[in-house]
Amino acid sequence: METLRRDLKGFYTIWMRDVLRFSRDRSRIVASLGQPLLFLFIFGGGLSPAISNLAGGRLDFTQFMFPGILAMAVLFTSIFSAVSIVWDREFGFLKEVLVAPVSRVAVALGKVAGGSTVAMFQGILMLIFAPMLGIKLSLDQIVALIGLMLLLAGVMTSLGILIAARQRTMEGFHMIMNFILMPMFFLSGAFFPLNGVPLWMEWLARINPVTYGVDSLRQVALRASIPAMFLEMLSLYPIVTDVLLMAAFGLVFIVPAVWLFSRQD
Amino acid sequence: MSAIEVEGLVRKFGDFTAVDGVTFTVHEDEIFGFLGPNGAGKTTTINMLCTLLRPTAGRARVNGFDISAQPADVRRSIGMIFQDPSLDEQLTAWENLSFHAMLYDLSREDFNRRAAELLEMVELTDKAKELVRKYSGGMKRRLEIARGLLHHPRVLFLDEPTIGLDPQTRRHIWDYLRRLRDEKAVTMFMTTHYMDEAENCDRIAIIDHGEIVALDTPERLKALVGGDIITVRTSDNALAGEKLRQQHGIEPRLGPEGQLIIEIEDGDQFIPRLIATFSDGARPVEVHSVNLRRPTLEDVFIKLTGRTIREGEADGKDRMRMRGRMFGRMRR
Repeated sequence: METLRRDLKGFYTIWMRDVLRFSRDRSRIVASLGQPLLFLFIFGGGLSPAISNLAGGRLDFTQFMFPGILAMAVLFTSIFSAVSIVWDREFGFLKEVLVAPVSRVAVALGKVAGGSTVAMFQGILMLIFAPMLGIKLSLDQIVALIGLMLLLAGVMTSLGILIAARQRTMEGFHMIMNFILMPMFFLSGAFFPLNGVPLWMEWLARINPVTYGVDSLRQVALRASIPAMFLEMLSLYPIVTDVLLMAAFGLVFIVPAVWLFSRQD
Repeated sequence: MSAIEVEGLVRKFGDFTAVDGVTFTVHEDEIFGFLGPNGAGKTTTINMLCTLLRPTAGRARVNGFDISAQPADVRRSIGMIFQDPSLDEQLTAWENLSFHAMLYDLSREDFNRRAAELLEMVELTDKAKELVRKYSGGMKRRLEIARGLLHHPRVLFLDEPTIGLDPQTRRHIWDYLRRLRDEKAVTMFMTTHYMDEAENCDRIAIIDHGEIVALDTPERLKALVGGDIITVRTSDNALAGEKLRQQHGIEPRLGPEGQLIIEIEDGDQFIPRLIATFSDGARPVEVHSVNLRRPTLEDVFIKLTGRTIREGEADGKDRMRMRGRMFGRMRR
């Protein structure tokens, strides 16, 4: 009981630290808006005239992309904050955490919670672009979007911890970026509907957890913008299925991530 | 009870044996130093004692708790100051201390009192609300010392506590550490590869290639080197050595920089005879320079290992550390 109480306190401490750091780092928050802006207004705005037949011409390409941008903000923030444990463990505060009388399981879970929360906040920030794109969001849509972003963030932070758990140097970091993060993003259906893509791509998309994040975010975000029939044509699964699949991915990532992180050298 | 008892501790990384059966005891309230070159096994030993690394073989007790069987008790009873900075630079000093207190489950009142007292000791009271990012290297170290002591540990581990600091700051840090031992009754176990700093320790273990080659007080270790040290640079070391052997029965050692090293009692009186011996006879040896001094721990290390303590080759972690320092500078 006493141990559990200490571990909960440790968990809370590690979560709190990530949240406090995020709120403190204004320049990072502003800078993090740059990339989505680039994608939405230059990439999306440029392609928009060429892609005019989405949902029978009722949906602008930038509106189609918007849920993908939400996922992107969540995806990148999650993976970065998780992978930062490699540096933090050797040259940062995490080193101090690891000699404290708090179990490693609590530390790992605290890190997953902290990274997810920060990634969720980052996603919430992106919601300010919705009105500019002509996407109307009601309060219950916003609440649902936040919930989905938190779930996706949890899945991706767990994956990040899994990658970083046994890594001792940052040397493999570019490889992670090029071979995991970018393909996951491009294969998620963020930029194009996955209905009707070549079979090999469809299969890669299906084993990609981000796909289900984008799919569910799109269904919620565009619910009020286009008729349900068209939205269904652009989607893969019902939202409930997306959520269950993401939860399953999360479990598959978090269990080995915590186990690997907890192992004493 | 001894603060730390170590018996036959071994740690292997694959085929490489980083720590090869070290045995020693650290008494309560002493400053115990682990002296050795980079890669000698100092940090690996510390990491095992603070339960970050599992020993391959051997046993150790810290504050009476077994490091393998009772790691949680060990952790609660020790403080740790790492070689690399472990503060969160985005947070203030007070927040760093507060997070530490939460991790160690200190009560609010206990934390407030203790944090104020320790910040006072390391003279950072005025800067408590500033972001650590704005601190100098020495201030960060002082804050880490305060943080390491926050939860009333009975043993404080310090891994190269003065590395990367300028000489003045290093002296300053040592003033704090000595005051700490005198006022707070804390046992300190530290590693260093600075010979001059090791002199501040009550006892020193000299470690090389994972083994302890000597363990004693700095004075007694220096007594291992007989009397004074005379170093001579000559035109012909072989001939000079032969003359010393024949005429004085002295066996000189060859130093790492090509100088002859002679250990002798009353060295000041020997120098004239030394010069006479060298210039004497049919084949005189030319003397370039003569130096006389009291033995240092460096001499002890050379005598015991045949090498000087100097920086080893940079490993992956060192490279990362360098990059980190550069990055830190750029951000500032």
